[in-house]
Amino acid sequence: MSVNSNALGSNKLKRRTSLTDTNLLLIITVVVFVIMYICAVVFLKKGFTKPQMFFNILNENASLLVLSCGMTLVMITGGIDISVGQVTSLVCMACAVHLEHNNGNVITSMLIALGIGLAFGVVQGFLVAYLEFQPFIVTLAGLFFAKGMTTIISSDRISITNEAFLALCKTEVTIPFLGSVNKKGIFVPASMEIGVVVALVIVVLLFCLLRWTKLGRNFYAVGGNNQSANMLGINVKLTKFLAHVLCGLCAGIGGYVFFLHACSGSPLHAQGAEMNAIASSIIGGTLLSGGVGNIVGTLFGVLSLSTIKNIVTSLGLEDPWWTNITVAAMLCLFLLIQSIILARKNKNKK
Amino acid sequence: MTATDTKVNSGKNVKEFISKIVHNQLFIPLAALLLLVLFNLIADPSFFKIALEPSSEGNLILSGNLISIIDNASELAILAIGMTLVTSASGGQDISVGSAIAIAGSVVLRIVKVYSTDISNGQFFGVIVFSFILCAVVAALFGAFNGALVAYFKIQPMVATLILFTAGRSIAAWINNNDNISINDTRFAYFGNFIPGIPVPTPVFITAICLVVIALVLKFTNLRLYSQAVGINSSSSRLNGINPKTIKLLTFIILGVCVAVCGFIKVSRTSSITYSVIANNIEMDAILAVALGGNNLGGGKFNMTASVLGAYVIQFLTTTLYKFKVSSSAISAYKAVVVILLIIMSAPVVRKWINDMKNKRQAAKASSQVGKENI
Repeated sequence: MSVNSNALGSNKLKRRTSLTDTNLLLIITVVVFVIMYICAVVFLKKGFTKPQMFFNILNENASLLVLSCGMTLVMITGGIDISVGQVTSLVCMACAVHLEHNNGNVITSMLIALGIGLAFGVVQGFLVAYLEFQPFIVTLAGLFFAKGMTTIISSDRISITNEAFLALCKTEVTIPFLGSVNKKGIFVPASMEIGVVVALVIVVLLFCLLRWTKLGRNFYAVGGNNQSANMLGINVKLTKFLAHVLCGLCAGIGGYVFFLHACSGSPLHAQGAEMNAIASSIIGGTLLSGGVGNIVGTLFGVLSLSTIKNIVTSLGLEDPWWTNITVAAMLCLFLLIQSIILARKNKNKK
Repeated sequence: MTATDTKVNSGKNVKEFISKIVHNQLFIPLAALLLLVLFNLIADPSFFKIALEPSSEGNLILSGNLISIIDNASELAILAIGMTLVTSASGGQDISVGSAIAIAGSVVLRIVKVYSTDISNGQFFGVIVFSFILCAVVAALFGAFNGALVAYFKIQPMVATLILFTAGRSIAAWINNNDNISINDTRFAYFGNFIPGIPVPTPVFITAICLVVIALVLKFTNLRLYSQAVGINSSSSRLNGINPKTIKLLTFIILGVCVAVCGFIKVSRTSSITYSVIANNIEMDAILAVALGGNNLGGGKFNMTASVLGAYVIQFLTTTLYKFKVSSSAISAYKAVVVILLIIMSAPVVRKWINDMKNKRQAAKASSQVGKENI
């Protein structure tokens, strides 16, 4: 870019608009998150000053983070996948039954989780990309299929007693230089669960995928303009298919991360997770129309969403409806911002 | 008579006749209905038994599976009306109807709860009318909110309605302070169950009224033409003097009123409300009804009769599954399979593929005939 900076004025203009399109949304999200967190630290103080609070947010939302990353990929190609939440629930239930009733071991349960996610991704991707169905309808069917299958497998809550798995659940990564001093004056280092590590690794991997690989750039091209991507020689169908497969895989992994956090299987697990994942992606600056989005934005989207939930509960509004209403309000706000930005972009084109 | 006989006799006309039937939009829902009826006839003929029995309150009422299907499909049929219009005009579906029903029901209960049970019939009727009008206004406002997001901010309908989908049930709980309200007045239950002396469930009448109203509206106004025009090409309809934004907003408001009627019936059925469960998954069924009616989910032309018929088919399917002791939460898996089959059948790619196969076969036949002639 620096080479082009002294080129024609029109080039400069182009560069500036591209910056506003993709990065403005990301900047808004980051700023909102930082302001929110600082306000929480200054005004609420209830634990927000401790680093552990931040890691608790991560611990609770590791699976949401993985799901949102998959969702972002699909949304960049212009699709949507609303089955991820129920796939999570199905994965938890299948793994729980495998570990408890079939005396399976941890490795095979991981393979089951990946298999379920992959199966959903492949089937939905095939229906969306090659048979050209509306992604919303296909994944809605997937959602209901997963929901039904979960209850068919077992309608009761299953708690895990498998020792190897419980050991894995309890494994925590401590961060030696971050932490707080507790009431007795002992320094307690901050720690995070193993699921968070998995989630962060996936964030980094997908970030690299989107940023530096051919496939990642193809995602943006397909989402930005289907036809011109096709003319550029990109296999549009395959790209869409792969996006759904990756999203399915993310759902499988996210499901297992949720399983690690919850240590049980229940049909009530991850209710509404798909809506949270979509909301986080949107808040993170992914445009619904496709072509614009960023994994880092999604990370901040998840953080903002979960921070606001924590703030609402620590404000004393403990009635369960308040979190839903705030999340909806936040989603509405960001959708409006997106809509305005898109409208401005269209005007610039004309 | 002879004319039709000769028509039928000539094979080509039969083919044309069949293709005319197959390509009629009512074919898919009717075929599905016939399939279900046949299945039930073979599995258990007593499925269709209808009896006139005294209820627990001593009134003579009709009971039987068919009656319960027609009764329970009422909400779905009413929703299908609004959903078809929204689908046609905006090319997307409203997934917040279940949450909006919870809100509407909550509003009704809040109003009716305030009045004591010993008011006269006339006064009670007034209260009911007032509560219904209020809930219709509230639901229409929420519909307008969705519609405004879709029409003026150009957000995809399913994502715009996601907001209310997330918040709706919470708002419903908030309206009544999360209390579990139940109405003791038996007169309130008339609207969702039976009016003494009339053996047919009341929701059936309410649905009939709604259907007549929408039929008249479609017959005497330009609503059908306009919403189809907007759905097919909104910018060219704008050039023709239709305001696409107003039409989209209008369809969402109509859906809101439909939702209010559904919410009213729903709370009247049980005289109480459970915020997280009421009308659960009904949005899926409503979308499925529209799809089953053979309407294009991407907007444009629609057939209201087919949609409403689709709603009854779905309720038939649900009741059949219940009869075979499928648990209520597992039903969604079976329905998902039905959806997938439906969309595969209606997909343009698959249709094109089938046509290609047909053409290929015909071409092969023709070439083989040519080959024979050469020999």
